[in-house]
Amino acid sequence: MKSSRRIAIAGLAALAMAGSLAACSQAAEDDGKLELRVATFPPGADQAAYDAFAEQEKQFEEANPDIDIVGLEYEWTAPTFAAQLAGGSLPDVFTVPFTDSKTLLENDQLMDVTDEVKELGYADKFNPIILEEVTGSDGAIYGFPRQAYANGLHYNRDLFEQAGLDPDSPPTTWEEVREAAKTIAEKTGKAGYATMTSGNTGGWQLSVQAVSRGATLQEDNGDGTYTSTIDNDATKAALEFLHDLRWEDDSMGATFDLDWGSINQEFAAGNIGMYTTGSDVYTALVRDFGMAPDNYGLTVIPLEDGGKVLGGGDIAVMPPTIDDATKAAAVKWIDWYYMQKLLNEDAAVADAKALSESDQAVGTPLLPVLDQETYLESQEWIKDYVNVPLDQMTGFTEGIFEQTPAGEIKGQTQPIYALMDNLVQAVLTDQNADVDALLAQVDVDAQALLDE
Amino acid sequence: MTLTSEADAAAEADPRHPSPEPAGARAAMPTRRRRQRTPMTWIRGGGAWNLAFLAPMLIVFGVFSWGPIAQAVIMSFQKTNLITPATWVGLDNFARVLADPNLGTAVLNTLYFAVLALIFGFPLPIIMAVLMSEVKRGKGLYSALAYLPVVVPPVVAVLLWKVFYNASPDGVFNTILGWAGIPPQPWLQSSATAMPSLVIEATWAAAGGSIIIYLAALIAVPPELYDAAEVDGAGIWRKIWHVTLPQLRGILFIMLILQVIGTAQVFLEPFLFTGGGPNNATLTVLLLIYRYAFQNSLGGDYGEATALSLMLAIFLGLLSWLYFKLTDRWSTN
Repeated sequence: MKSSRRIAIAGLAALAMAGSLAACSQAAEDDGKLELRVATFPPGADQAAYDAFAEQEKQFEEANPDIDIVGLEYEWTAPTFAAQLAGGSLPDVFTVPFTDSKTLLENDQLMDVTDEVKELGYADKFNPIILEEVTGSDGAIYGFPRQAYANGLHYNRDLFEQAGLDPDSPPTTWEEVREAAKTIAEKTGKAGYATMTSGNTGGWQLSVQAVSRGATLQEDNGDGTYTSTIDNDATKAALEFLHDLRWEDDSMGATFDLDWGSINQEFAAGNIGMYTTGSDVYTALVRDFGMAPDNYGLTVIPLEDGGKVLGGGDIAVMPPTIDDATKAAAVKWIDWYYMQKLLNEDAAVADAKALSESDQAVGTPLLPVLDQETYLESQEWIKDYVNVPLDQMTGFTEGIFEQTPAGEIKGQTQPIYALMDNLVQAVLTDQNADVDALLAQVDVDAQALLDE
Repeated sequence: MTLTSEADAAAEADPRHPSPEPAGARAAMPTRRRRQRTPMTWIRGGGAWNLAFLAPMLIVFGVFSWGPIAQAVIMSFQKTNLITPATWVGLDNFARVLADPNLGTAVLNTLYFAVLALIFGFPLPIIMAVLMSEVKRGKGLYSALAYLPVVVPPVVAVLLWKVFYNASPDGVFNTILGWAGIPPQPWLQSSATAMPSLVIEATWAAAGGSIIIYLAALIAVPPELYDAAEVDGAGIWRKIWHVTLPQLRGILFIMLILQVIGTAQVFLEPFLFTGGGPNNATLTVLLLIYRYAFQNSLGGDYGEATALSLMLAIFLGLLSWLYFKLTDRWSTN
């Protein structure tokens, strides 16, 4: 009696164990279809975005009955990427910012798609500067550039009006930015100007501001080595500008630990007058952060002393671990979902229609991934569906093609941005920060990273 | 000598909870050991059943705890991105960690946190527990209130405090300070005040657990000792100094080393509050390990991260050993 009870208990324990282990492995679907797991939106997207996605999913599956699309909420982040890649839980298709693509492809963490890009006929169509972002030192291509942007100056039209400023004539020089920020802070009590400072975004936006004042932050020696040139007058001027806004004008509010998510949140909530970030942020501001479209304004970043506008973008990629059948399906999806709308009128219209019917942003200002002519033509195709307030973005749309674009630093991009985070944090949180000494130190540390 | 101590032990044993191995069994051990031991005797003695019941624990700990620890030790001598085969690099990871200028900053910051946490966080629960043990009515209510912060999930607590620490004049804490005429503080937004701000939250979050332990220890203090002290004319302070604290000695030493080990591994607060900023003012050793593995380089420098983890573990192990060596005499009579 006693032993049979023991057996029952031990059996139960073993069952529970086996059950929990079995739950870990996914049940494979077997209806003859290939399951393709694709990234949809970052966490926080509203239901309408998913409705639009479901519509597009249906269209794709009708055209490709042997593929079953499974949408996954996913946003590429460095901390989870390598572990998810090793654990096999990455989506089969996702997008990665240019900022990270070079490091990933040099680390063998992306799938080689050279043949597929050539076969689809994109190799010669891409803007060469952008194709460079996805080309490894071995000459192979590791992804499909699908969207590019230039950094812009975003401003809150409502705060401009409250402060007695004209939202239709935003600042065009950094000195005017400073004056407007001061006015907004004095009249509304909100931060007139803000900048990102943490999680490497501080370094990213310091680059934007330094390059706009004529800085070159890194020299490419052409032999795979780089020389750090962060310590220059333009970077110093950008830092001193922030220092003065913070300590002399007190026009940057009281929060100095913002990153991409939190600065967008604060801006959408009406707590920030102006900030710099990618021109494509409107979609996220409205979709993920609940910004009222009427309050949004966008213009170009002021350029001074031969400055350039820093660009960026993202590429559609696959993990290097997927099998050939999945890869073939993934290429079909990338071509259909991301690429065709850039050059095919029917695809562009279908995409714009699906998005606009679900109230998703159509027509957010971007930079051409292919050539400028195709881009402008594609804007004509979808003209009837554009629902973003383009008349509040004329400062950008009319000025951007006059500006000279520049790419991000190529060597050790994120680690160097992390170093530069400290520069921005130092001038904003320490009134007596020694800018010269800090810059000299960061230059040394960055060079050490580059020499590794 | 031995006779009396055995008699004492027997007298101390609680008859309601007999120890699993009664004295009789211990006496019988030598005779049993003399018999031939074979796998069969092991099974007949219930060995297989013991193992079967142990197995779930062994498997779970082995797979999720000991395995990763062993793997981390191996990884600290390797370079790996988790996909391509790892290469052995000897002590390179250790050398690179030791050469990192951030290591010094992280160690100093962690020390600073530990010292601040010791000054504010260590005496506070003792004082609270002693005061609460003196309360005659509603003791349960006070215990519950003191323990409440421990019940709040740590991440939620930190995110709440982040809102309280809003550095604008209309932030929660700054408003309260304003009532007392104190100007708004920058809290997390300044290199100088960021670390103390983290310590205040950490103390608040951890005090409840310690208070409960001290309260339990205080109950165990024999009331006769207080009565005797009172007869000798001792006031409340003398009773605390000469009776309470000496009686808590053992638990105080344990709590101190636990706190030192805990603060040396502080991660949650700097990670969530500041991300190590401003300008690395709250970069701690554990946060540096996290950065090596997940932030600084996209490939994930797991080698450097595990190397620093290993060094920290060895350091804390040595420190604990030394601590118990030094305090052995004091903590046990």
